Amino acid sequence: MTEIKLTVNGVARSDEVEPRLLLIHYLRETLGLRAANVGCDTTSCGACTVLLDGESVKSCTVLAVQANDHSVTTAEGLVAEDGTMSAVQQAFRENHGLQCGFCTPGMVMAATSLLADNPHPTEQEVREGLEGNFCRCTGYHNIVRSVLAAADKLSGSSPASEVPTDGVRA
Amino acid sequence: MIPASFDYEVADSAVHALALLAEHGEDAKLLAGGHSLLPMMKVRLAQPAVLIDIARVSELSGIRIEGDEVVIGATTRHAEVAGSELLRAEVPILAYAAAQVGDPQIRHRGTIGGSLAHADPSADLPMTLLALGGSVEITGPSGVRVVAADDFFVGPFESVLGPDELLTAVRVPRGGPVPWGYQKFVRRANDWAIVGAAAYGGRVALASMGGTPLRAAATEEALKSGASVEEAARLAAEGTSPGYDFHADVDYRQHLARVLTKRALEGKAG
Repeated sequence: MTEIKLTVNGVARSDEVEPRLLLIHYLRETLGLRAANVGCDTTSCGACTVLLDGESVKSCTVLAVQANDHSVTTAEGLVAEDGTMSAVQQAFRENHGLQCGFCTPGMVMAATSLLADNPHPTEQEVREGLEGNFCRCTGYHNIVRSVLAAADKLSGSSPASEVPTDGVRA
Repeated sequence: MIPASFDYEVADSAVHALALLAEHGEDAKLLAGGHSLLPMMKVRLAQPAVLIDIARVSELSGIRIEGDEVVIGATTRHAEVAGSELLRAEVPILAYAAAQVGDPQIRHRGTIGGSLAHADPSADLPMTLLALGGSVEITGPSGVRVVAADDFFVGPFESVLGPDELLTAVRVPRGGPVPWGYQKFVRRANDWAIVGAAAYGGRVALASMGGTPLRAAATEEALKSGASVEEAARLAAEGTSPGYDFHADVDYRQHLARVLTKRALEGKAG
């Protein structure tokens, strides 16, 4: 067993873990944070995406011991103490950016990382920025709309002006 | 999927990493970003007894100019290579290639040294290092050696890197305005190249056309003799024996090599 100390959603944690414990299982099983999902389990689908020091990573391909001394954020950690959702989460709700919801926590974390890197992405940049996240329901259109709307909201301009309504490339 | 059990050691310097490698021998594997190794461990294709984490060794990370070369530390992550202003100005093909690896999450974790040490013949960075005529710096018990990309890859997932050695840095020539092109043909997002072609000056390297990344030797010779891009690109698949899978058979891969080489030599990136 190896001792790890890290910050998860702003809370300092200290645990003894097996070195082979994956970060996704540490979050879900040890800490009971169930937003991040295990989807493909092969670094492809992005359902397990969380932020490590603010950058999106696939937590099925990170060992918990690799997160030692680092900071992890899950979708639970984006919600303010009073229950207010983040701009990205709110935009997914307002733009119907989900159907079954399985990919959504990963999409939200990937989008959060994307907008931190590039606050004013074009539609193409959003599509490429979400390349590591699969959705099997929506066909991505509403997800892309959600991220563009969140970008507009975060930059203070009026939403929807640049949001595509038809002819969106799949 | 859960990896088999292993002991976890954290190296705090390159010297410490080498000492740990010497101590644990062939049972040990180095861990940086883990984006080639951990997927193999999860399906038990790799079951090292010891993982030596080198991601916390600061001397192994970073990008700097040394004379007429740019030196990139082995644990520098793809996202940093892709976003480096220095590389975009001095070696733009390498920054571009790093941005084609996997997807954003993978680029936040995967490292340049890890990708080269993994020696996947279909990967972006081995092909690019070969096109650039770059080299890798390897530190072992008997000191430091620099191995040219042409001599580094010896087979599928196999390089000349020994089990007691550490790939410490990647060296690439400062090119500035050298013309380049980069082509990666994929069917799915975040996939490996069905065929890839990277052109840098008169050098052309191919991915997924054999057991290692390859130079398109006949194309390079033709260019040297004054052939047109179109004529030279027609020779790109000469001497290659690519594999086949459900994406592409041998003939189709050789066709792709010719088409992609032409586009790369025309300076196209895509």
